Amino acid sequence: MIVPTTGRPLTRRRPASERIIEILLFLAAAVGVVTTIGIIVVLAYETLQFFSLVSPIDFFTGTTWSASIKPYTFGVLALVSGTLLVAAIAVIIAVPLGLLAAVLLSEYSSSRVRSIIKPALETIAGIPTIVLGFFALYFLTPNILKPIIGDDNIGTFSALAAGIVVGILVTPLIASISEDSMRAVPRGMREGAYAMGATKFEVVRKVVFPAALSGIMASIILAASRAIGETMAVVLAGGTKPQFTANPLESVQTMTAFIIQISLGDTPQDSIQFKALFAVAGTLFAMTLILNLISNWVVARYRTSYE
Amino acid sequence: MTTSSAPVPTAGAAGHFEPALARRRLIGTIFYGACLASIFILLLSLFLILWDVLSQGVPWLDAQFLTGVPSRKPEQAGIFPALIGTIEVVVITALLAFPIGVGSALYLAEYAGNGRVTRALRTNISNLSGVPSVIYGIFGLALFVRVVGFGFTVFSGALTLTLVILPIVIIASMEAIKAVPDAQREGAYALGASRWQMVRQAVVPAAAPGMMTGIILAMARAIGETAPLILVGAFTFVTFLPQPLNGSYTVLPIQVLDWATRPQADFHGLAAAAIIVILVLMFVLNGLAIFVRARLSRHIQW
Repeated sequence: MIVPTTGRPLTRRRPASERIIEILLFLAAAVGVVTTIGIIVVLAYETLQFFSLVSPIDFFTGTTWSASIKPYTFGVLALVSGTLLVAAIAVIIAVPLGLLAAVLLSEYSSSRVRSIIKPALETIAGIPTIVLGFFALYFLTPNILKPIIGDDNIGTFSALAAGIVVGILVTPLIASISEDSMRAVPRGMREGAYAMGATKFEVVRKVVFPAALSGIMASIILAASRAIGETMAVVLAGGTKPQFTANPLESVQTMTAFIIQISLGDTPQDSIQFKALFAVAGTLFAMTLILNLISNWVVARYRTSYE
Repeated sequence: MTTSSAPVPTAGAAGHFEPALARRRLIGTIFYGACLASIFILLLSLFLILWDVLSQGVPWLDAQFLTGVPSRKPEQAGIFPALIGTIEVVVITALLAFPIGVGSALYLAEYAGNGRVTRALRTNISNLSGVPSVIYGIFGLALFVRVVGFGFTVFSGALTLTLVILPIVIIASMEAIKAVPDAQREGAYALGASRWQMVRQAVVPAAAPGMMTGIILAMARAIGETAPLILVGAFTFVTFLPQPLNGSYTVLPIQVLDWATRPQADFHGLAAAAIIVILVLMFVLNGLAIFVRARLSRHIQW
């Protein structure tokens, strides 16, 4: 943006209305900052309250979570493991699907094919996540997973079903960011490789992919962050059984699902369960924030710009 | 960059050139097949999701369903209160998010310089867009419901959703503002415009299609948002039309959650029918976004 200081209007005094408008616009811009600070203050304050009742060491190292049945135990690793299990399944599904789709869009498709596939990907990205949960619960598990894995081996709720739909959900994110960064690789680099006798696949693998790697990595980290924070699909498909497990066929409870479970019930607002909600939310917020910061850092650190 | 790792023809044992081209091309073809397969899986998933919802939901879609109130008897149940609740929440959200989002974008793009503070503000917006929406629900519960005291009302829900969609609106508006050529700004200044006159008469009209598209698509997103509204109390059995400022309310996705988690299969059909209504509303808004963009950008050429 170029707004030369010499381009100021020739009137000496700026009218009051100009100043008022600038202040109003500044206040609008301040909403974002106030929101960030507000979220951090609320989560930190309530989490500290919770830590006066439950030792943070027990919270962060415990692997048993029992918030509704006595004796109450608040070992957040049970929820974290459920969350990470679902997110890992989602990423394992979304990375190949998203990257292959990105390559197809960026390297192989005509603009006509793109004009069909791009809106389809955007539609998937726009589907409310509760719809994906419904799909997992009433179609994916009974009609696809149970016949393949066996009725006895997988229940109504499973980390696998939740992970698959979350994977579908975050695939467009990986596809779209990776495609943008593959398209940003200059033509000349591809043509150089072709001139050396490379096949199209070799150009993709040895030229386009390495050159676009920072964007690809960033997109995968963002997708992981999205999957960790995903709520409604997981609430419906993942179940409400907090357990420290790596078995995808088990029912799990994610951090987000716990938050929803507590707020759906009649939990009194001054109870320890309700304070636990804030501690879990604080942990979730910290995890997604760290991933988002890493993603930003990867882009800034490894971005190669081509003239 | 990667010239060193580019394929180099290697001399064979007999000393003649063996590029193994047939094999390399075969690998390429297999890879292309994998790309096509991934797109096929994605399109198939989309098809299955829509087919599942339509096949379960369409039998329940009738006038009774659209105008009725929730009921313990599936054949009498309807979504009218949830539909009105969704419309109230989304309209109030848009009315709040549009001025704040556009104002924020104008400040960041046109007023703030390029210093450290501005960069921090922009990074903050992109971080906010990565915060899980359920966290906004917790913040809304603490601030709007408890501290400010709006209670579990439509207004608290709309304020919370405003924060959820604000980053989307700001980012879309900033992109639209950045796409306005500097010549437009310089032209306005050359005619003696003040900064605000320049922004209002040169930047805003040219960026309006992008800004309008941004808010409409954000509204489509808000229609499907569920988690934050559960936190601010939209989960209730509501058989009356919600008032914006007092009394309980519910919205369509939460009605879906209620029905989808009941054991009787008839309620799952109702949930699917409510999903169809949500998807239709989103579809209409997406269509509107395309129409508005085409309509408003007719007069813009440079």
